[in-house]
Amino acid sequence: MTTIAIPSGMPQYDDVPRYDVAAVRADFPILDREINGHPLVYLDSANTSHKPRQVLDVLREHYERHNANVSRSVHTLGTEATEAYEAARGKVATFVNAPSADEVVFTKNSTEAINLVAYAFSNASLRSAAAASSAPSRASGTDERFRLGPGDEIVISEMEHHSNIVPWQLLAERTGATLRWFPVTDNGRLDESGLADLVNERTKIVSLVHMSNILGTVNATARITARVREVGALLLLDCSQSVPHMPIDVVDLDADFIVFTGHKMCGPTGIGVLWGRAELLAAMPPVLGGGSMIETVSMGGSTFAAPPARFEAGTPPIAEAVALGAAVDYLTGLGMRAIQWHEKQLTAYALDALGSVPGLRIFGPEVPVGRGGTISFALADVHPHDVGQVLDSLGVQVRVGHHCARPVCTRFGVPAMTRASFYLYTTTDEIDALVAGLEQVRKVFG
Amino acid sequence: MQLESLYQEIILDHYKHPHGRGLRDATEPDDRVGEAHHVNPTCGDEVTVRVATDGEVLHDVSYDGMGCSISQASASVLHELLTGRDTAEAYRVHEAFVALLSGRGQVTPDEEVLGDGVAFEGVARYPARVKCALLPWMAFKDAAARAGVGASPSEVKA
Repeated sequence: MTTIAIPSGMPQYDDVPRYDVAAVRADFPILDREINGHPLVYLDSANTSHKPRQVLDVLREHYERHNANVSRSVHTLGTEATEAYEAARGKVATFVNAPSADEVVFTKNSTEAINLVAYAFSNASLRSAAAASSAPSRASGTDERFRLGPGDEIVISEMEHHSNIVPWQLLAERTGATLRWFPVTDNGRLDESGLADLVNERTKIVSLVHMSNILGTVNATARITARVREVGALLLLDCSQSVPHMPIDVVDLDADFIVFTGHKMCGPTGIGVLWGRAELLAAMPPVLGGGSMIETVSMGGSTFAAPPARFEAGTPPIAEAVALGAAVDYLTGLGMRAIQWHEKQLTAYALDALGSVPGLRIFGPEVPVGRGGTISFALADVHPHDVGQVLDSLGVQVRVGHHCARPVCTRFGVPAMTRASFYLYTTTDEIDALVAGLEQVRKVFG
Repeated sequence: MQLESLYQEIILDHYKHPHGRGLRDATEPDDRVGEAHHVNPTCGDEVTVRVATDGEVLHDVSYDGMGCSISQASASVLHELLTGRDTAEAYRVHEAFVALLSGRGQVTPDEEVLGDGVAFEGVARYPARVKCALLPWMAFKDAAARAGVGASPSEVKA
């Protein structure tokens, strides 16, 4: 008898953590729905994810049992609400391996988190300009790293979501700084060939998407980080599409800021996160002024609380934060490695299946490497709106349009794309339903 | 959902074989020409409509654009219905089309007035697609105003 020896170094994937998808789906009440007489096939999780009962229960229980405002009451309910809110901050910090819970600032969403950093730059630049003109002898107290003016540069990429383009365009307009960007290759990868020129001693911040919401590309950031460190700039990573789908470790990533949003990771809408290095958050001027963000207020002026409170003016989204904590528990329970592996298998399956559809063109990486489970495509010359409408009639929910990343559509010469995106509850049967639906589209518009 | 009520044969036919597509210059020497470019910001669909008129008659309503079957078929129907009409009549048709699309499927269209436009009755039941159908018609209204006919284009929200 002969045995075939497996060459050493050949991965067998036996040690990959897995979970039972059917059991997971039972946690999501909405997945039982029918749409237009067909079982719901939800392929729009990059847009927003569904919420498991475990998260919905916490949201309800918070309002039914612990509702009170945070950080300002001595009474029992106020204390319970504050403890729950701060516990959620701790859970989120642990989830992304932040060295301290104080590095987690709750925001409304990723968009607000990016704007917060952009306005901190702007406020720092204005403040230093005002200090220079009115009282040259007085130190402005503004950290040099956040000061922007003509000649300074901000770097983004062509594959950003509008939320990581427009705030920087506006900041450049306000300060006179110049906005530059990495191009995208034909394969939908970040074109790093101009890195040395693009990120230079004039660069103050590089703000880059970690995983593209339209191409699915996961950007390798190490070379960029190294260059950012070399020139002394700051690095913000938009992790809206990566934190929900893969293990993220801010220490490993070596970024200065990351942003992400709760509703794409099984949490509710209205809650997002800015993570920043403690030392940087401490150096940032406030953006929104109001209650809870102050140290002391007099009619002549105010001093401000330390981060994260400095950036959380007004009553925050308390129940949403608590429910985000529950979402983090849920994801951790399944295991981010297992979720990542599940989606990698789905992506490989989907790329293969979509490749079999005549006339279908995939935008972005066509191999399941360095990409996530978000796949945009064109079906011959049928407009994405029409593709989406026919699919909807079959219960298949996909997103169509420019996906808030219009420069990517322009880059690939199309006005819009159709996008299918997967999550921890997606099945290969659902991908089959998509492919069958595309056949129907071809029949109607063929 | 009845997909057929949305994608009626007439609509698919106008989409696959558009009538009067392409922007044209005025052929009548006394015509004024107005043009408007409209974009649907949610999907990126675009249409440019050009109107050539002497103030009494719309000698030509030409268009170009890219977009879904609904918006492109709608532009084709717009051209067919309004070219050669006198301006007052054209605005009656415009009004009827907008009323049909804003009617959430509760408005019964008059074929005498709307011709092939009646096929858009089903679209009115899909709120997400109403904008697609109205895109060329709103561009027309702007273009006509720029050519010196019609009311202010801001009356109807597309």
